[in-house]
Amino acid sequence: MESLDDEGVVLRVGEVAARHGDDPHRLVQILRDVQAALHHVPAAALDGLAQRLGLARVQVEGVATFYSHLSATARGHYHFLFSDGYTDRMLGREALVEQLCAALGVERGVPSADGRVTIEDTACTGLCDQGPAGLVNGRPLSGLGPMRIETIAGLVKLGVPVDEWPQELFDVADNIHRRDLLLAGPIQSGDGVRAVLERGAEATLAEVERAGLRGRGGAGFPTARKWGFCRQAEADERVVACNADEGEPGTFKDRVLLHTQPDLVFEGMTVCARVIGARRGLVYLRGEYAFLREPLEAVLAERRRQGLLGKAILGAEGFDFDIEIHLGAGAYICGEESAMIESLEGHRGTPRIRPPFPVVSGYLGLPTVVDNVESFAAAGAIAAHGGDWFCACGTAESTGTKLLSVAGDCARPGIYEFPFGVTVAEVLEACGGSGARAVQVGGPSGTCIGQTEFSRRIAFEDLATGGAFTVFGPGRDMVEVALHHSRFFAHESCGFCTPCRVGTSVLAQGLERIARGGAGRADLEPLKQLSGVMRSMSHCGLGMTAANPFMQTLERFPEDYEERLAGDDVMPAFDLDAALAEARALSGRDDAHAHLEQRHG
Amino acid sequence: MADGTITIDGQTVPFTEGQTIMQAAEAAGVYIAHLCHHPEFRPHGSCKLCTVKAGGRHVAACTAPASDGLEVENESEELAAGRRALLQLLFVEGNHYCPFCERSGNCQLQALAYRYGMVEPHFPHFYPQREVDASHPDVVLERNRCILCALCVRASRDVDGKHVFDIVGRGIHARLAVNSASGRLADTDLAPGDRALEVCPVGAIIVRGRGFAVPIGERLYDHRPINEIGNRVPESEQ
Ligand SMILES: Cc1cc2nc3c(=O)[nH]c(=O)nc-3n(C[C@H](O)[C@H](O)[C@H](O)COP(=O)(O)O)c2cc1C
Ligand code: SF4
Ligand code: SF4
Ligand code: FES
Repeated sequence: MESLDDEGVVLRVGEVAARHGDDPHRLVQILRDVQAALHHVPAAALDGLAQRLGLARVQVEGVATFYSHLSATARGHYHFLFSDGYTDRMLGREALVEQLCAALGVERGVPSADGRVTIEDTACTGLCDQGPAGLVNGRPLSGLGPMRIETIAGLVKLGVPVDEWPQELFDVADNIHRRDLLLAGPIQSGDGVRAVLERGAEATLAEVERAGLRGRGGAGFPTARKWGFCRQAEADERVVACNADEGEPGTFKDRVLLHTQPDLVFEGMTVCARVIGARRGLVYLRGEYAFLREPLEAVLAERRRQGLLGKAILGAEGFDFDIEIHLGAGAYICGEESAMIESLEGHRGTPRIRPPFPVVSGYLGLPTVVDNVESFAAAGAIAAHGGDWFCACGTAESTGTKLLSVAGDCARPGIYEFPFGVTVAEVLEACGGSGARAVQVGGPSGTCIGQTEFSRRIAFEDLATGGAFTVFGPGRDMVEVALHHSRFFAHESCGFCTPCRVGTSVLAQGLERIARGGAGRADLEPLKQLSGVMRSMSHCGLGMTAANPFMQTLERFPEDYEERLAGDDVMPAFDLDAALAEARALSGRDDAHAHLEQRHG
Repeated sequence: MADGTITIDGQTVPFTEGQTIMQAAEAAGVYIAHLCHHPEFRPHGSCKLCTVKAGGRHVAACTAPASDGLEVENESEELAAGRRALLQLLFVEGNHYCPFCERSGNCQLQALAYRYGMVEPHFPHFYPQREVDASHPDVVLERNRCILCALCVRASRDVDGKHVFDIVGRGIHARLAVNSASGRLADTDLAPGDRALEVCPVGAIIVRGRGFAVPIGERLYDHRPINEIGNRVPESEQ
C-alpha cells in the first residue's frame, strides 16, 4: 500500500481540496475523496484540511468521525462492507461473511496482517431484493452465495484489482414486478419542463395541488403546500434538494427509480425549480449508491445538451437551473431533511432546530424544498399529464401510486407499484408471501403487523410508508427482529439528544438480555417507560421511532417474549461472577471460593 | 408572530416577538428545568430536560417559539417522570461519582436529580472509558462527567472566538474533543478568563485551585433547590 508521511498526506489532501475549490461546504465530499485515495482519513489530513479550508481542526475531526464510511485507521485496498440488513441475515449472510474471512485469513473488522483486506459489516445497503449483498470498494455485490464468495476470494488472492473483476459480479437487477402510473408510462424527457413553461408556474403548482400529491419519503406532507411556502419565502435565491439517502432498512425503490427513470426525477426537480424560482438543484445520494453516480451524471450531461438544464432552459429567458450530485458517507440520519442539509453544507449530520423549516431557511440559509426521489418523479409526471390523471388513482387522502420495496420471505422480491389503498394481503398475494407471520411496513421506523391486520391498507390514513414492505414468514423470531433493529438505531443515532443517544443503547442492551433469556417480566417495565420517553422527548424522527420495533413486537407477538422471560421478577443486570474474572486472573485463583453463584441477565 | 401571552401551568406569562417559551418563562421568573440552555448563548436543544407540553405537543421549551395563547404544561407528573428518566440516562451514560466530585453541591445535574426525586439509576450503568485531560496548567477536563451540552463549545466559539472545544464521534460514541493535533488541552489556545471555563453545568471543566473554595454542605444547591435559585455556576468557581 502506498504509504505517505504526514507531509505527503497534507500535500495530497491539499490537491483533493483544490479539486473542490477549497470550499469548506464541500467537506463531506472532500473527506470521501481523501478516504478513497488514502484508504482512511489520517490525523495529518485533519490538520491539512483545517488549515486549507480555514476551519478548526476539531471541527474537521467532528465531521470525519461522524460518518461510517470514513475511518481514522487504514482500510484495505480490498474493502468489503457486507450488508447487515435483517433480510440479508435471513438469506444466510453470516455464513458468507465467515466464509470470506476464513478464505482470506482475515478477522471481521480487523485489517489483514498485510493491510490489503478489510471485511466489515454495514447497515442495509438497499439491495434487499437480491441479498445477501454488500459493497467492495464502493461497488455493489449482490446475490452472494458460496460460489460467488469463492470466486471473490480467488480474485483477491490473485491480486486482481476490483476494477478488473468480471462485470457480472457487480450487476444490480431492477426486479420490477408491477408497473403503474410512474413505471408503466414514462414521459418523454422534456415533457414536464415544456408543460410548466406553457402552463406557467402558478398553474403548475395548482396542478400538483389538484393531484393531491403527498411526500413519498414517509411523512406525507402535501407537496404543493411545501412548494408554495418556499415560493413565498423572502429570498433572492432558492434551492431544490432531492433526498436520495434511502437509508431505511428494507427500502430500495429510489435506487430503482434513479436507475430506470432518472429523467423523470430530474424533470420533477426542474419543474419544482420553475415553480419556486430556484437556480440550484442538489441530489443527496446515499454513499452506498455511489455506483449510480456516473450514469446519473451522464443523464445530467445529456439534459444540459438538450437545453433542459443550464442557462435559459428551453430558451426561456431567466429560467436557469442546474443539478449537482452530492454523496453521503454512511449515516442513516442524513435522510432526515435538516440533517441532510447540514451534511450538504459539509457538517455533521445533526438535525436542526425547527422552526425555521427548510422551506424558510435551508441550504446555506436559503429557502429550500427537500423532497423524496419518488415525490419528484411523481411531480414530473403530474406536470406532463395533469393533476386529474394522478388523483384518479389511489384513495381520497392518498392519491396516486406507491412504489413498494418488497423483500424477505416471499417468492418474488422486488419493486411493486400499487395504487394507494392496496391491502397488505393483496401485496403479499402478488409477491408470493401469503402465509407470512408478520410484515414490517415502512421499515423498522414504520409499523410491524401480524396476520390479523393484513386487511389494512397502504395509505397515509392507515399504514403510511416510505416504501419498505418486509415479509417475515412462519417461524421467524420477532424478538430477534426487534433486537436487530434496536441495534441499528443505536448505531445510527447521531448522538445529539439525550433520549435517543443514550436511550437507543439502553434499549438495545435490554433487548439483548431478553433475547438471551436473561430478563424477567418486571424488566420490561423500565424499557416500556423508556420507549415512551424516547417517543415524546427526542429531537427528531429517529429517536421518536427507534423504540417501534420493540413496542410493536411486544404488543403483537407477546408469545415470542414470554418464551424467553425468566419468571416475573427483575433479573440482576450485573454479573458478579464475571466481574471477579480480572481479580481471579491477577491472583491466579480459580477455586470455588473465588466464584460467586448468582443468576443474572 | 407578535407579542402576546402564553400560560405556563395556568399562570399567564407575557412574551415579546421572537422569544422562546424558555425565554418568556425566565423573564417572568418561572423555572423550567434545563441543562444545555443558557440565556447568553444560542439555543441548542440537546438535553431535552426542558421538554414541556405546549398545545398538547411535546416540545423543547428552549427552542420552541412562544405564540399567543399557547397553553404550556411544565410541572406535570408525566413530564417529571420523563425528566427523571432523562437524568437517569445522563447518569448511566457517564461516570458520576458525586461524593468525590469538586462540583458536588454546585452541580446542576445533581441538583436536578434531587429536584426530580431520582433515587437510583434505574438503567444499567455503561461504565464508559473516558479520558481525563490534566495537561493544562489551569484547567482539568474530566470527561467522565461531561453531559455533551455543548455550552463550552458555544462559549469558546461564539464568545471567545477560539473554537477550543467540539463534539466528535457519533451516537453513544459522541465525546468532547479539543482543538489540537495532540488532542491535549495544553496544546490549545484556551486561557484563564475564557468564557468557556465558566459555563459547564457539571464538574467536567474544573478550574484548578477553586474546587473546594466553599466546603461541601455550604454550596449553592445544598440548602435550596435549583428551581428556586436557577442554573448557576457559583462565583467561587469562575
Ligand atoms: C431518521 C430519518 C430518516 C429519513 N430518511 C429519509 C430518506 O432516506 N429519504 C427520504 O426521502 N426521506 C427521509 N426522511 C424524511 C425526510 O425528513 C423528509 O420528510 C422527506 O425527505 C421530505 O420529502 P417528501 O415530502 O417528498 O417525502 C427521513 C426522516 C427521518 C426522521
Ligand atoms: S433523536 Fe437521535 S438522531 Fe435525532 S437528533 Fe436526537 S440523537 Fe440525533
Ligand atoms: S464539558 Fe461541560 S460544558 Fe462542555 S459539553 Fe461537557 S458538560 Fe457541557
Ligand atoms: S435546555 Fe432545552 S434541550 Fe437542553
